[in-house]
Amino acid sequence: MSEHELRVSKIRNGTVIDHVAAGQALNVLTILGIDGTSGESVSVGMNVPSGRLGRKDIVKVEDRELSPSEVDVLSLIAPEATINIVRDYEVVEKNRVERPERVVGVLSCPNHNCITNGNEPVASKFTVVSDGLRCEYCGTFIHESFAEHIDGS
Amino acid sequence: MRHDHLISAAQLSRDDIEAVLDRAAEIDADPAAVRERHAGTVLALCFFEPSTRTKMSFDTAMKRLGGETIDMGSVESSSVKKGETLADTARVIEGYADAIVLRHPSEGSAKMASEFVDVPLVNAGDGAGQHPSQTLLDLYTIRENAGLDDITVGIMGDLKYGRTVHSLSMALTNFDVRQHFVSPESLRLPRSVRYDLHEAGAQVREHEELAGILPELDVLYVTRIQRERFPDEREYREVAGEYQIDPDILAEAKESLTVMHPLPRVDEIDPAVDETPHAQYFEQAHNGVPVRMALLDTLLSQGGRDR
Repeated sequence: MSEHELRVSKIRNGTVIDHVAAGQALNVLTILGIDGTSGESVSVGMNVPSGRLGRKDIVKVEDRELSPSEVDVLSLIAPEATINIVRDYEVVEKNRVERPERVVGVLSCPNHNCITNGNEPVASKFTVVSDGLRCEYCGTFIHESFAEHIDGS
Repeated sequence: MRHDHLISAAQLSRDDIEAVLDRAAEIDADPAAVRERHAGTVLALCFFEPSTRTKMSFDTAMKRLGGETIDMGSVESSSVKKGETLADTARVIEGYADAIVLRHPSEGSAKMASEFVDVPLVNAGDGAGQHPSQTLLDLYTIRENAGLDDITVGIMGDLKYGRTVHSLSMALTNFDVRQHFVSPESLRLPRSVRYDLHEAGAQVREHEELAGILPELDVLYVTRIQRERFPDEREYREVAGEYQIDPDILAEAKESLTVMHPLPRVDEIDPAVDETPHAQYFEQAHNGVPVRMALLDTLLSQGGRDR
């Protein structure tokens, strides 16, 4: 781990999301549903120098490992991110995020008249297209600001 | 056509379309030949929005194939009023009918409902989304009047919310058709439709005025500019007035121009146009029955569940 990364304290167990594009750390927290109210211990480094990205953000979340759907959405705002799973201070798993083909049940469709925004027993489904996401039900696009459409955000 | 459901015009290949239109032409020529073809079949008409033409033409189509229809009645008198989900309504009605025709005010409703049923489901309009059975009768009318290749089609009016436009423009990409879209800036095609047209390699141009391209057109498809879309009545009147056609305007058109409209019209086509050879909108509406007979025959003959 580089000297720069040590500016943010090590965690014992949990997830380190590294190589997040500079300025996206708070959106990562939104995707993870972290707003400080439920007691997680979170460390955030913003605009840290990076050999690969120039500048990057880092998010470290104590006692939490990300679900596949969280990683899917994360990949949209932080396509260069690496997900490090830490147990007892050791990185036991290190994965690059991969752009998914679909994002299911994580985002709300921005079209208020889409059937998925009603009271129906159906999860939202988005196909990942070249420049964003497309609702599989009504066809509406999300091009940016994915974090704004996270369910419950 | 190898689909269990008809949800979007994007599902339809050129072969699918031609097969349904050819079948419709056969039925049109000899309706007696199919009089008992689907005897005992029950079609459920589930209309969560008011409808006259679409509902009645599906009703007539099923009956002329020898089948019967059931109708959930108005939304106010149905269990929907009690808060039942569309998914539950569809699952219940599936038990009563061999096929379902659904109109619903929400985009994506037909796709969602189709995921809960095994019987064929036809999207008869989902909000501002799609209306693919209308498209089939539109294509039938275009084919009868102008052919479906090497033609120029103008589509004018409310392109943003007009589901018949969204379906028709997509289906036309299967043919050698130059498409011109004419609308106020605020009612241009939605981004999703323009994306699909681009992906399909369609030849598309957008305009705010009809005059410049009218002489090129073989078909002019007019839709209603909906008053309720405008927050300001005066703004509506100013815009709507720009998109009305009358015999004087059509003097600039080809003699063979076919004028179509999914109906109902309000004042976007002067009644004087009805008397000209251009007017095909009533014929277009009449074509709804043989085309929907052909569509139902196709869907019911190929799939659905075993009974």
